[in-house]
Amino acid sequence: MSASVSTNTTESRRPLAGVNRLFAAGQSANFDAHRRAYGDLNVRLAAPHLADTLERAGLTGRGGAGFAAYRKLNAVSHARAQRLLPSSAVVIANGAEGEPRSIKDDTLLVHAPHLVIDGLLVAGAAVHAHSLYVYAPRHAADSIRRAAGQRGDADNIIVVDAVETFISGEASAVVNAIQNNVALPTDQPVRLSTTGLSRRPTLVHNVETLAHLALIARYGADWFRSVGSARDPGTRLVTISGAVPAERVLEVPGDTQLSEILRTCGAFPQRTAAVLVGGYHGAWIPQEWLDIPLSPAALAPLGAHPGSGVLYVLGDHQCGLAATAQIVAYLAGESARQCGPCMFGLPEMARLITRIASGDPDPRLSAELKTLSQMVAGRGACHHPDGTSKLVLNTLNVFADDVNAHLTGHCIRRHP
Amino acid sequence: MSEALWAFGRISGIVALILFTVAVLLGVVTRSGRPLPGLPRFSVTLVHRNAAILASVFLVFHVGTLMLDSYAKLNPIDVLVPFLGAFRPFWQGLGTVAFDLLLAVMVTGLLRRWVGVRTFRAVHWLTYAIWPIAVAHGIGNGTNGTSRWFLLITAVCATAVLAGVIWRVSARFVELSHIRDQALR
Amino acid sequence: MTSGPEHVLHINWTRCDGRGLCTEILPELLRRDRWGYPVPVNDDAVERTNIPITNDLVEAATEAVRLCPTLALTLRRPQP
Repeated sequence: MSASVSTNTTESRRPLAGVNRLFAAGQSANFDAHRRAYGDLNVRLAAPHLADTLERAGLTGRGGAGFAAYRKLNAVSHARAQRLLPSSAVVIANGAEGEPRSIKDDTLLVHAPHLVIDGLLVAGAAVHAHSLYVYAPRHAADSIRRAAGQRGDADNIIVVDAVETFISGEASAVVNAIQNNVALPTDQPVRLSTTGLSRRPTLVHNVETLAHLALIARYGADWFRSVGSARDPGTRLVTISGAVPAERVLEVPGDTQLSEILRTCGAFPQRTAAVLVGGYHGAWIPQEWLDIPLSPAALAPLGAHPGSGVLYVLGDHQCGLAATAQIVAYLAGESARQCGPCMFGLPEMARLITRIASGDPDPRLSAELKTLSQMVAGRGACHHPDGTSKLVLNTLNVFADDVNAHLTGHCIRRHP
Repeated sequence: MSEALWAFGRISGIVALILFTVAVLLGVVTRSGRPLPGLPRFSVTLVHRNAAILASVFLVFHVGTLMLDSYAKLNPIDVLVPFLGAFRPFWQGLGTVAFDLLLAVMVTGLLRRWVGVRTFRAVHWLTYAIWPIAVAHGIGNGTNGTSRWFLLITAVCATAVLAGVIWRVSARFVELSHIRDQALR
Repeated sequence: MTSGPEHVLHINWTRCDGRGLCTEILPELLRRDRWGYPVPVNDDAVERTNIPITNDLVEAATEAVRLCPTLALTLRRPQP
């Protein structure tokens, strides 16, 4: 896996080689550096074919859900066409990044804001949007504001400061925050692509998705597919933290082995108990599976998904149950407290897993926790209970040996 | 004939009061989320609604017949604008106030889906004010206002409503509040 | 053979207060969890927010929608 940067020649349309795609313009790239690195983007030229190009490129969402990017675009265009009265679409660049273990969106917004702006502009043109938003925490939002000021085509982009809660990045919460200043998810009987902000068809894309989109609009689908694999083309940003020398953001090609990523970051797979892939709503990949490629297809059989690219590394001296108990307690506290099953279920789940983690000898706890987790899934306005449930069930499965050991009052991890 | 109208008008008012008492009590039960013996929760809600609607019908009789009565001197303005009546303007006015507030409650109640939950709920709180105002109107304005049997009926209704309100503000009022509080501790 | 249910009963969880009226009106479909909130009777049911309603239960479902104290229910066509 090389991370070399190709220096661009005078020909502005020559695409990049290597995997340093999103940060090729360097640190805190201003508009000049951005143009030197990537060339200019003709929005009007690229917009009409964008959906088709995205389909051929195979770009999937980088915000967590991982749906094909072109589908959302088409859904919004379709919804616009269905309206009796003309209605303009809305595009929102979602940089809320509620995951505590993720800093890739912040990094992208600070160092490559112009890519995000490019992506927002061309996506906006493709769906005939009259309103463009960037939703990100103050620090990153200011970077976009500065970047917008450096160029002449971003004046109509509205930048909204995001609150920093776990669920703030949920799509309906983003719309609710922008529209009503309430950063909580809403009931969505109809998809946002049909009825979203101010009842208009709304396209919400993660900022990284838009950055990739901006490059695909320039260099085409084949370029995007030139790294990665056929089933997982292109690159994705990952945030690696935990038992690693330093928290880092890395751009990796699709289908890169997890163990290779660990080694690149100075971590040792053989000293790693497990890696939490996809963030706090993700799944643990245990040591014996660390050679697995980081792609949706490869991870699916283990009930995992790259998600928002979070990789939280658990050293073999750490207890997975204890780590998960802390995460679940955090998730319980981050409930919007709008929906009963989540509001009442998650604290109860946190209590149970904490008891298991601290060596409570009650043999019924595991079964109780499983039942409770299955009880809350799919019963809320957003996927917070589902994701938490998924994490808990995965943990009980992956760390089953630890659960049994804890019942006898022992922890099998080598505590320092 | 006018004697009969006069009597019918007053009795309609009393029947309305009794039915509204039933409606208020069942409203409290509805809010508690609990069933009654032989009455599942959805039935409690239905009877609450129907009692309120029936009470309103008797209220319309009450107001309507009294408008036709020459002694009451009730004109259409008095029905909606309080304290302008010729006969005991203050106590009569209370009845008008109650009627006006009730109009808001009934309209938002029947059009609940269109006005939205928040508006419906906010207006519905008025029922706690409407009830005592209506009772005061009955005692102060009615010809039978201070007669023993009327006061007896009123006392029974008032006791029931008072008990309902005390229950309403008590700790474990809402069903399952115990289990829910436990989950949140 | 129909391809899917004609209607779905959509639960707005942000409004639901677990009062249980819908579980009384549609006991064949819904029961209450320990905190009072509706959950499908069928344990294997994947769909717990948009409950499939067969034609024979549409009338009861409409009643549930009408009587829900917090207006948490709507009867809709399934989203494709």
